[in-house]
Amino acid sequence: MAATLTEAAVDKSTTASATDPAYAARISHVSKSFGRPGAQQLVLDDITIDVAPGEFVTLLGASGCGKSTLLNLVAGLDKPSAGEIEVPGGRPALMFQEHALFPWLTAGKNIELALKMRGLAKSERRDEAERLLEIVRLKGAYGKRVHELSGGMRQRVALARAIAQDSQLLLMDEPFAALDAITRDVLHDELTRIWRETNLSVLFVTHNVREAVRLAERVVLLSSRPGRIAREWEVGIPQPRRIEDSAVADLSIEITEQLRGEIRRHGQH
Amino acid sequence: MASTETTTSDTPDAQPETRPDAREDARPDARPDAREAPKENGADLAGLEAGLDALETQTAQRTAFGRKLLSKALPPIVAVALVLVLWQLAYHFKVKEHYLLPSPADVGRTLQEKWLEGTLLDYVWTSLSRGALGFLISVAIGTPLGLIVARVKVVRAAIGPILSGLQSLPSVAWVPAAIIWFGLSDATIYAVVLLGAVPSIANGLVAGVDQVPPLYLRAGRVIGATGLNGVRHVLLPAALPGYIAGLKQGWAFSWRSLMAAELIVNAADLGVGLGQLLEQGRELQDMSWVLSAILLILIVGIGIELLIFAPIERRVLRSRGLLARG
Repeated sequence: MAATLTEAAVDKSTTASATDPAYAARISHVSKSFGRPGAQQLVLDDITIDVAPGEFVTLLGASGCGKSTLLNLVAGLDKPSAGEIEVPGGRPALMFQEHALFPWLTAGKNIELALKMRGLAKSERRDEAERLLEIVRLKGAYGKRVHELSGGMRQRVALARAIAQDSQLLLMDEPFAALDAITRDVLHDELTRIWRETNLSVLFVTHNVREAVRLAERVVLLSSRPGRIAREWEVGIPQPRRIEDSAVADLSIEITEQLRGEIRRHGQH
Repeated sequence: MASTETTTSDTPDAQPETRPDAREDARPDARPDAREAPKENGADLAGLEAGLDALETQTAQRTAFGRKLLSKALPPIVAVALVLVLWQLAYHFKVKEHYLLPSPADVGRTLQEKWLEGTLLDYVWTSLSRGALGFLISVAIGTPLGLIVARVKVVRAAIGPILSGLQSLPSVAWVPAAIIWFGLSDATIYAVVLLGAVPSIANGLVAGVDQVPPLYLRAGRVIGATGLNGVRHVLLPAALPGYIAGLKQGWAFSWRSLMAAELIVNAADLGVGLGQLLEQGRELQDMSWVLSAILLILIVGIGIELLIFAPIERRVLRSRGLLARG
């Protein structure tokens, strides 16, 4: 599976005419404005990003760069004002900053609802939910209510629910921003592990530079108001990484400098 | 490949020389290797996570059943006892003549007499079955009505304000109209009950739907629960606490409206309910009788609330972690 994955990634740069699409998501020249006609505010301006199959991309930016708006567009929760978004693998999974689990269901039933909506037969749902809980290392949490779980556990159930959708593409909207630093660090390891064990493509939004570098194969920096692609970095640091690694720190410093430059421009006018 | 892919708006020399090379190695080769992650590392992570989970999970503390009963049951018992004492004192010092203000014991005796006549449960049952039937019909009408008002903008703009306005209209005001329409019949009684309870139930559901966090609806759409699936699996369960509050209030309105109707709609061929019992007591100028009937009406209303609605509400709230223990 790993081999086909890398092949697909290579394919992307050579021929795009393979039977499998060479991208998990193609965002081409997407713009988005809000407001009524005449008084429109441009939020995203000409964004073009391809996410390769199995690739992990982080979208990084300060407030007002429209990164969450972009994720909503890719998730199909909103429509772009201009440009096109193609997601060949079907409806993408989306994880929010809040766990967004349904409190009237147990952890297991939350996952089963996603399986049901995916069309999985009733007899298979229970086993599949247990299997997904095991993937996020929450064996035994099937019957737990959402409020009985800690913040980190809730996000892991939310991750299991997202994986349950069996989508090629996982969108993550600052999913660890509300967690404490220790838990976040562990979940970084966890997410990296799961990403490598599955063939998911991930588009991960964050304002945390180190998090972006810690996780991603590619970091895309967005400028703010309107959101434009300022620059991209390929992160060549081999996984598994730690957020404390000096290579992670070096690249983070470089990206932070650029990010600060982008922010400074807003103070000048 | 490196330059075409990595750089969009930057100049190549802005990056350290080593990075693109490292990436070249890292992407195609390092990843498949790394996929077979060192087992030890994985076990470490699992252990770390298990520890974190254990630290962050709070074990619920259960209070002893006896103490819980004591802290829940004692205050209302004391309150009732206090009222009885004040009542007895008022009787003792003859605040009013005894035929105007009988003692608690007098009222108890009247209740006992009625009980021994064997008719008391019939009165209660007549009212209770009317109230229950009226309530159930109200639920059947109020639920779809509330759902439509909550979800369809035009309908909401049209009848939303009227619906919440109706709630403040005392249902006894419908009694004369209902008598003119239906005469002294069961239909009149049910009409008044429905007009009292339906708006309350519908409004409860509207409030419940309004309070559903938009995040749940978005999460539902993301996992594919749209349309009817969205209503069934996300919207309705999310609105359940508000809906139950509406049902509770709907029952209170049913019961109140029923008593108002029974007081006025008094005919020989209609069954005698608690309202009619109360009216008979007034006709006979028997204050003990009147107070007995009031007491029964109160007890039935509180009883239904405590035995049916309170446990359901507690269960729903507790399962969602919305109820503080204690």
